[in-house]
Amino acid sequence: MAKLSDLKFRDRIYMGTYRYRQLDWRPGTTLQKPLSQSQIAVVTTAAFFRPDQQPFDESIRGGDYSFREIPADTDLASLGTAHKSDAFDHAGIESDKNLALPLDRLRELAAEGSIGSVAPRHFSLMGSISAPGRLVKITAPEIVRRLSEDRVDGVLLTPV
Amino acid sequence: MGLIQSAIEKSGIPTVSITLLPHVTRRVQPPRALVVDRPLGYPLGAPYDAELQKRIVMAALALLLRPAADPLIVDFSETP
Repeated sequence: MAKLSDLKFRDRIYMGTYRYRQLDWRPGTTLQKPLSQSQIAVVTTAAFFRPDQQPFDESIRGGDYSFREIPADTDLASLGTAHKSDAFDHAGIESDKNLALPLDRLRELAAEGSIGSVAPRHFSLMGSISAPGRLVKITAPEIVRRLSEDRVDGVLLTPV
Repeated sequence: MGLIQSAIEKSGIPTVSITLLPHVTRRVQPPRALVVDRPLGYPLGAPYDAELQKRIVMAALALLLRPAADPLIVDFSETP
């Protein structure tokens, strides 16, 4: 019990801290080259996962803060979705994953020359995270590290 | 979503999110967001509507070229 309340306290502290951080992106940055030369990645909270990955766990207190890396050559039809929330209609993203993770569209845009290229790795999270401490402390820096490693130029984020 | 977006933007990579809930987005104040007037679960418009999905993706990505000194929240219906 004491441990749980400690965690709750820590989470509260983190939440306070990270609410502040959330506003701390300013002054922001801008694409340094034309879209036609830019490498684009997608981060989605559609909770997609590959058949070789664990589904997300909705029973985790405060939300499942983990992420799944989705390589660019993933067959979208093979992805599962872990969202059980009845807050939204799942039919769309279950039938066409492009609705939230538009890898087919990015491939077409790259082939047309509208964007430079599709990043090698994309990222899926679950969202609905009420206690975002670990999301900000662990998950966000790791996603940022991989995006930087891939020299991604711009990121599209899609909720569901 | 706002936290991850802010962390990426802060790292020096420009970001844009799609939003279906503009009143929440105005509170979260992300660097850039494209407001899409669709139900929850349909951020890129409609399943299997590749043209619409592409137009929404490009409208969002075009915002990456604009400075986000303040949150830039643009309605998809008002984009070229």
